[in-house]
Amino acid sequence: MSIRIFVPIDSGALSVGANEVAKAIAAEAAKRGIDIELVRNGSRGLYWLEPLVEVDAHAGRLAYGPVTVEDVPALFDAGFVDGGMHRLGHGLTEHIPFLAGQERLTFQRVGITAPLSLDDYLAHGGFAGLTQAITLDGAAIVKAVTDSGLRGRGGAAFPTGIKWNTVLNTAGSQKYVVCNADEGDSGTFSDRMLMEGDPFCLIEGMAIAGLAVGATQGYIYLRSEYPHAFKTLKAAIELARAAGWLGADVAGSGRAFELEVRLGAGAYICGEETAMLESLEGKRGIVRFKPPLPAIQGLFGKPTVINNVMSFAAVPLILAKGAAFYRDYGMGRSHGTLPFQLAGNLRHPGLVEKAFGITLRELLLDYGGGSASGRPIRAVQVGGPLGAFVPESQFDVPLDYETYAAMGAMIGHGGIVAFDDTADMARLARYAMEFCATESCGKCTPCRIGSTRGVEVIDRIIAGEAREANLDLLDSLCDTLLHGSLCALGGMAPYPVKSALKHFPEDFGVEPVTAE
Amino acid sequence: MPQATVTPPPLSDAQHAAIRQAVESHQSLPGALLPILHAIQDALGWVPAEAVPVIAGALNLSRAEVHGVISFYHHFHTAPTGRTVVQVCRAESCQAKGGELLEAHAKTLLGVDWHGTTADGTVTLEPVYCLGNCACSPAIQVGDEILGRMSCARFDAVIAGLREEVAA
Ligand SMILES: Cc1cc2nc3c(=O)[nH]c(=O)nc-3n(C[C@H](O)[C@H](O)[C@H](O)COP(=O)(O)O)c2cc1C
Ligand code: SF4
Ligand code: FES
Repeated sequence: MSIRIFVPIDSGALSVGANEVAKAIAAEAAKRGIDIELVRNGSRGLYWLEPLVEVDAHAGRLAYGPVTVEDVPALFDAGFVDGGMHRLGHGLTEHIPFLAGQERLTFQRVGITAPLSLDDYLAHGGFAGLTQAITLDGAAIVKAVTDSGLRGRGGAAFPTGIKWNTVLNTAGSQKYVVCNADEGDSGTFSDRMLMEGDPFCLIEGMAIAGLAVGATQGYIYLRSEYPHAFKTLKAAIELARAAGWLGADVAGSGRAFELEVRLGAGAYICGEETAMLESLEGKRGIVRFKPPLPAIQGLFGKPTVINNVMSFAAVPLILAKGAAFYRDYGMGRSHGTLPFQLAGNLRHPGLVEKAFGITLRELLLDYGGGSASGRPIRAVQVGGPLGAFVPESQFDVPLDYETYAAMGAMIGHGGIVAFDDTADMARLARYAMEFCATESCGKCTPCRIGSTRGVEVIDRIIAGEAREANLDLLDSLCDTLLHGSLCALGGMAPYPVKSALKHFPEDFGVEPVTAE
Repeated sequence: MPQATVTPPPLSDAQHAAIRQAVESHQSLPGALLPILHAIQDALGWVPAEAVPVIAGALNLSRAEVHGVISFYHHFHTAPTGRTVVQVCRAESCQAKGGELLEAHAKTLLGVDWHGTTADGTVTLEPVYCLGNCACSPAIQVGDEILGRMSCARFDAVIAGLREEVAA
């Protein structure tokens, strides 16, 4: 039998040469007359080891990485196809501490299976949730999701079951299920990894949502920056349809669910759900006033379920294993797991799925391995570009929605970006304002104009011009944004700014409380 | 900084045909405008002004509405770009890994500011706010290809490669 060798096809792995490595392995094997089967899997999320090549030895999969084209002949010389020792070897993949400590529920298959293999998907528990769902009526599916405690993973953490219930109980000739795959938050990539590495999981979650609320059409609104995910999703939808998991008669249920991927066009604001609906309708991505809620009048005015990729992808497991199984992970009112994304200046950046309640210190040190530069980690931005900067003194606070909110921060979509002590927090605050100005939809004056003023004011503070007066001005600008914005772009842009000022005043030329 | 001023040339018959084709094959979709614009940009590399009345007619919109949508989205180019669009990520994770240095280096090497096209027409430089490749920061995108762990030296090699392609 041929030996199975895995080389990821995830775009992160591709970005550091996975295709070239795959070709080199195939060529070297052919040259040496070794019979291999090259499998292109998703990424395990151990990005510092990408391209991470795995060999299916009898006892399990062995990891080698990061592999370059130049390493390939030496790997063959070392007999890596039989699990031979090599300096790039890490033993059994599952035993690498970064992976061994995780609680992979949503990511249970990512990196293990070939993304477009329906056989792999089924062999690893795929479609068990949908198969269960077709035996239930809509209300029972919604109840399972409600009971699981699942809250929206796109940022606002609204209970998913409650949203679905509204759509279920709203009459409509047509209803929609829309997946928010805009993943605009910097420092986040879990949606991308899942769509590239286990696309059927998202499809299954959306089909379950369709059955639950009585929607027959779904859309995935995907950011245009994800060309690989786009190709993978389109191919997966075709395969799922051909196999009867989508279409006029979903899994023999007699009920229909169709799915289509639509591309965004490089506007961060289109991740906001009502701007996304406008964009899907072919308009500028301008935020709508709420109410009406999208659950009642959403896409084309019809009742619409909108959820993040991670929210939908958690659903198949909840249906397959029961609400209690999922609910038992986590702490407080934050149930289940969150795929955290470790990025920025870390030795071991990557994906860590853990139950809520883990601390930043554990994520940064135990998983992230500390800073990549070897310098102290000074600040960590949690929750994307609108998230607060967290100083070291808060690294031991458990990651739980309520606890984070109480300290003026947010978990959002789970992005964690670490900065070492060379970071200039005043420049980062300036960047947050600049980003808000660039991406504002223009509907509210504070956000449209105030953010540009904010950039100017921070520039003057950095230059040391009338510092006191400008600091006051910045403070009142932040207040105006906080209170005068229709959505969280303007409403939360002050978070990174204010947290930078509060915790790192010295970077703004302000004496810290404990003077040197 | 010097920037090539590109005056859009008149469209060829093939380009007009590509626009009509993009409109006709997507106009019946609900919310057809973005799919049409993507199809046009995929075919031509940009969205010419000549496309606006064709789209407006097909979708029963005013030209101003179509224009408003095109200009709202960063992704759509309203003028021809260089042969390859190079996007450099400016977002936080890449900043934390030396992205600002890379930005400055890219601008100096290419002799353009953001949105500028090199004098030889090879490259258009664009900023981008996260490519979802933050675990391999700093990241750039070259055409359809995403590249991670980018250094100034590797950036030079990428650009040299693009220039060789043109010379070849
Ligand atoms: C400025 C802004 C950007 C957002 N970007 C995203 C995004 O990229 N992806 C996402 O799922 N939600 C995003 N959201 C949240 C959505 O508005 C919405 O709450 C979410 O899609 C609902 O799905 P969930 O309940 O599963 O989280 C954004 C919100 C705002 C205000
Ligand atoms: S806060 Fe900004 S992005 Fe949000 S609706 Fe107002 S102008 Fe638009
Ligand atoms: S921040 Fe640069 S790729 Fe995400």
